Amino acid sequence: MKIGALKESFDGEARVAITPSSAGHLGKLGHDVHVESGAGQRAGFSDDDYRAAGVTVCQTPAELIAAVDLVAKVRQPTEAEIRQMRAGQTLISFFYPAQNAELLALAKEQGITAIAMDMVPRISRAQKMDALSSMANIAGYRAVIEAANNFGRFFTGQVTAAGKVPPAKVLVVGAGVAGLAAIGTSVSLGAQVYAFDVRPEVAEQIESMGAEFVFLEFDQPAQDGAATGGYAAPSSPEFREKQLAKFRELAPQMDIVITTALIPGRDAPKLWTADMVAAMKQGSVIIDLAAEKGGNCDLTIPDERIVTENGVVVVGYTDFPSRMGAQASELYGNNIRHFVTDLTPKKDGVIHHNMEDDVIRGATVAHDHDVTWPPPPPKVAAIAVQQPKVRKKDPTPEERRAAEAAAFKADTRNQVRLLVGGGLLLLLIGLVAPASFMSHFIVFVLACFVGFRVIWNVAHSLHTPLMAITNAISSIIILGALMQIGSESWWVVLLGALAVLMAGVNIFGGFMVTRRMLAMFQKS
Amino acid sequence: MEYGFTTAAYVVASVLFILSLGGLSGQESAKRAIWYGIVGMALAVLATLIGPGAGNWFLSLIMIAIGGTVGWIVAKRVQMTEMPQLVAAMHSLVGLAAVFVGFNAQIELARVMHARAEGIPEVFYGFAALLAHKTSAEIAMLKIEVFLGVFIGAVTFTGSVVAFGKLSGRVDGKPKKLPGGHMLNAGALALSILFGILYFTGVGSGVFWLILITALAFFIGYHLIMGIGGADMPVVVSMLNSYSGWAAAAIGFTLGNDLLIVTGALVGSSGAILSYIMCKAMNRNFVSVILGGFGGDTGPAAAIEGEQIAIDADGVAAALNDADSVVIVPGYGMAVAQAQGAVSELTRKLRAAGKEVRFAIHPVAGRLPGHMNVLLAEAKVPYDIVLEMDEINDDFPSTDVVIIIGSNDIVNPAAQDDPNSPIAGMPVLEVWRAKQVFVSKRGQGTGYSGIENPLFFKENTRMFYGDAKDSINKLLPMVD
Repeated sequence: MKIGALKESFDGEARVAITPSSAGHLGKLGHDVHVESGAGQRAGFSDDDYRAAGVTVCQTPAELIAAVDLVAKVRQPTEAEIRQMRAGQTLISFFYPAQNAELLALAKEQGITAIAMDMVPRISRAQKMDALSSMANIAGYRAVIEAANNFGRFFTGQVTAAGKVPPAKVLVVGAGVAGLAAIGTSVSLGAQVYAFDVRPEVAEQIESMGAEFVFLEFDQPAQDGAATGGYAAPSSPEFREKQLAKFRELAPQMDIVITTALIPGRDAPKLWTADMVAAMKQGSVIIDLAAEKGGNCDLTIPDERIVTENGVVVVGYTDFPSRMGAQASELYGNNIRHFVTDLTPKKDGVIHHNMEDDVIRGATVAHDHDVTWPPPPPKVAAIAVQQPKVRKKDPTPEERRAAEAAAFKADTRNQVRLLVGGGLLLLLIGLVAPASFMSHFIVFVLACFVGFRVIWNVAHSLHTPLMAITNAISSIIILGALMQIGSESWWVVLLGALAVLMAGVNIFGGFMVTRRMLAMFQKS
Repeated sequence: MEYGFTTAAYVVASVLFILSLGGLSGQESAKRAIWYGIVGMALAVLATLIGPGAGNWFLSLIMIAIGGTVGWIVAKRVQMTEMPQLVAAMHSLVGLAAVFVGFNAQIELARVMHARAEGIPEVFYGFAALLAHKTSAEIAMLKIEVFLGVFIGAVTFTGSVVAFGKLSGRVDGKPKKLPGGHMLNAGALALSILFGILYFTGVGSGVFWLILITALAFFIGYHLIMGIGGADMPVVVSMLNSYSGWAAAAIGFTLGNDLLIVTGALVGSSGAILSYIMCKAMNRNFVSVILGGFGGDTGPAAAIEGEQIAIDADGVAAALNDADSVVIVPGYGMAVAQAQGAVSELTRKLRAAGKEVRFAIHPVAGRLPGHMNVLLAEAKVPYDIVLEMDEINDDFPSTDVVIIIGSNDIVNPAAQDDPNSPIAGMPVLEVWRAKQVFVSKRGQGTGYSGIENPLFFKENTRMFYGDAKDSINKLLPMVD
C-alpha cells in the first residue's frame, strides 16, 4: 500500500502527518511512504531527511494524491482536497464530523473512506492513537510556556541576596489531558498550582501531579466520568453558581489562570467572567485553551493576545500544538503510525479495513459511499465507574484526643478481659491438676509470654532464619530421648535411639543452615 | 549435687535460647544470636548426659554423631532455593521424635504400673525411677500429656512430609481432598479423642490405644495438608513449626522437664506468630487457610479490558537506562528460575550507574516467611536496600521503573479494586502507581491462585516474556 502525507494548506500550520521516523515504522509494516515536497519544512524536516528515510517526495498535492492509496493529514481536509481524491482512497486526519456535515457529505459522494483522528474511541487499547490527547498534552505544556513568556515574574519562589520572591500562583481550570500537562509543567517551573475540575474523581490525578485540588462544598450526584467517555458533562445551574463564587474568591490571588474546560459537542462554558478578570492583579496572565470553541473567559478573542484595562493579559491562541511543530508532528505521526498498524494486522503492507473492530469502526466517518457517523457505542465499556474521592476532614485536636482515649480504653478493656479470662482458666486448672503439674504449667505460661514478646521483634527479613533456628531449638526433644535411652526395656532403648538420631540431624542441620543464611546478609 | 547442676544448666540454656531468638531482631545481632542457640543446646545436652536418669552414654553419643553428620552434610549441600523443603523436612523429624518419646513414656509407665500392681519392689533407673514416685493423680495428668504429645507430634510428622513433598514438587501442589473432605478429619479427630479417653481410663493395653491414636493423627496430618494449595505453604510451614514446638512442650510436661517446656513454648509461640503474620499479609483467616482452597462463591470477578503488551529486552534496557529509581519485586518465580544471581548482577550494574535500586518484599512472597530475603542475601544483595511492603508502598508513585520477577498475586490490583475478587482486601504492593512496570513472566498464564491479574493489562505495564534468568541475563549487557 502507498501512504502519503500532504503539506498542510491551512495558513500557519506547522505540523505534518508523517515524520521521517514514523515513515521508517510504516515502511516496516510493508507500506510505501510518500510526502509532498516541503510538507515537513516548518516542523523541521527537510525533503532530504525524508529521502534518507526511504520516502518518495512528490512535487504537488495532485501528484501525491494520485500516487497513493492512503492520504494522511493533520488539519481537517478542504473541499478541494477531497474533490481531488478518488473512490476507494482513504483519508486519515482530524475531521470533526459533527461540525462538518458538508465535508462528510462530500466524502460520501466521492466514495472515499474518511478516518477521523478526533473520533478514536477513548478505550485503553486505542490510547496510542489518541491524537486529541497527544495534542492536548502539547497544548497544556505550551500554554504554561506562553504564560511564562507574558508574565513579568519568576514562577518559582526564591530567597536571593537582593530580596525575597514569592512563587507564582497558577490556577488550572479543567483537569483533562491539557490541564494535567499544564499542572505538571507549572509545578516543575516551581509555581504553586491549584486546579479545579467538575469531575471529583480526578482529584487524585491532580494531587498526583503536585497541584492542590480546589474542593467545592456541594452535594450533587457526582458526575460519572464513565458515562461520558471520560469527558466532562454540563453541570447544573446551582453547581455553576457555587463554582463561579469559588473562582471569584480565588481570582485576586492568582497570577496565572489557564482554562481548559471543554464539553464535547458544545461551546466552551464561560467560567472566567469579566468581573473576575477585573479583580485580578496587574500583570496577571490568562491563557484560554478553549478559545477555539469561544473561550472559557469572557474577554477571550480567538487567535489574539489582548491586554485589559487593568493590565491583565488574555491569550486566546488556538494553535498551541502547531507552535511546537516538531514535537507535535512527532507525536501525531506516531498516532497515525499506530492507527495504520491496526489497519495492517498482518504487517504485509495490505490494509484491511475491519469495520468489526471497535477502534477502526469508531474512527471511520465515511466508508464505501456511506456516512458511518455517529458510530454505534463501542462493545467494551470505556472506563470503569470510579468512586468520587471523598475528602477526609482533618480531625480537630479534641477529636484526635477523644479517638486516642477511646483506643486506649478499648485496649485496656481487651487486656483486662484477657487477663481475667486467662487467670480464671488457670485457677480452674489449678483446682483439678496436681501441684507438680502446676509448677511446670507456670513455667509454660511464662515461656509462652516471653516467646510472644520476643518474636514480635524479629525482623521481617529474618523470618526464614527464625524458622530454621526454632527448628534446631525444637529438637531439644533430644533431652527426653536421652533420659529414656538408659531404660532396661529394649523397646524403649530402640525408640529412644531413633529419636536421638533424628533430633541430632535437626540440631546440627538447623544451626548449620541458619549460620549459612545469616552469614549471607550483608550491608551495602 | 548432680541434680542441682542440671537444673542450673537448664536455666542458663533457657536464657540463651530466649536471647538467641531475641537477637534475630537485626541482621548484625543475629550473627551473635546463633551462637547463643548453639551454646545453649550444647549445654542442655551435656547437662542431661551427666545428670540423673541418663544412661547408655555410648549409644547416645553414637546416635548424635551419626545424626549430626547427616544434618551437617544436608545443611552444607542444600540450595537456598530449597530452604522451604528443608525446613518442612526438619519439622517432620521433630514430630516423629516426639511420637517416639511419648511411646517410650507409656512403655515405661506400663512397666512401673505392672511392678506396682504385682507389688514387686523393683528398683528402677532413670526415667522409670521418676515415674515410680508419681501419685495416681499425677499419672492421670501424665497420660493426658502423653496423648497430646503423641497426637500433635504425629500430625506434625505426616503434615510436614506432605508439605515437603508439595514444596519440592514431588507431590502435586493443587489442593486435593478425599471424598468427605473435612468431615473425614473431624471424624478422625473425634475417634482419636474417644481412643484417648479409653487410653486414659486404662481399658486394655495403653500402647495399643496409642498406636491407634497415632495412626489417626497420621491420617489427619496427611489429609489436612493435602487439602491446602501450594501458595498457602508459608502459613502451613509456620503452623507446623508451631506444632513441633507444642509437641515438645507436651513431652516436657510428661518428663517433668522445664527446659523442654520453655523451649517448646518459645518455638510454639514463634510459629503461631509467624502464621498470624502470614495470614494477615494475605488478608485471610487462619481457619480458612487450614480448611484449604479459596473461600466459596463471591460473585463473578470483574472482567478485564485491554491487552497484554509484550516488550523485548531492548525496550526494558532502554527504560532502565533512562530511569533514576528502580524497584524490583521478586516472587516465587525468581526462586524457581534461580534468577537471584542475575538479578543481583543487574542491581550492581544499575547502582554503579548511580541509580537508586530497591527491592520490595511482600510478606508472603515465596513459599516460606522471609524466603526472598534469604535468596537475595545469598546473591549478595545488600539487605539495606531490601524493603518491606509497608516501607516502600508509598514510594511507588515516584518510582520510574518497577520490575516484577515471577510474582503475581502480591501485585494484583484486583485485591483493592474488585470486591468480588477472591483475594479482595489482601494487602498488595501498589506497583501500578509507578511510571512503568515490566513483568518478567514465563507466559500468559495466571498465578498460583488461578486469578487473572489486571495489572498485566494496564497501560503502563509491559510483559517481558521468557524464563526469568534468561531474560535478566539478556538485559545485563544492554544496561550501562
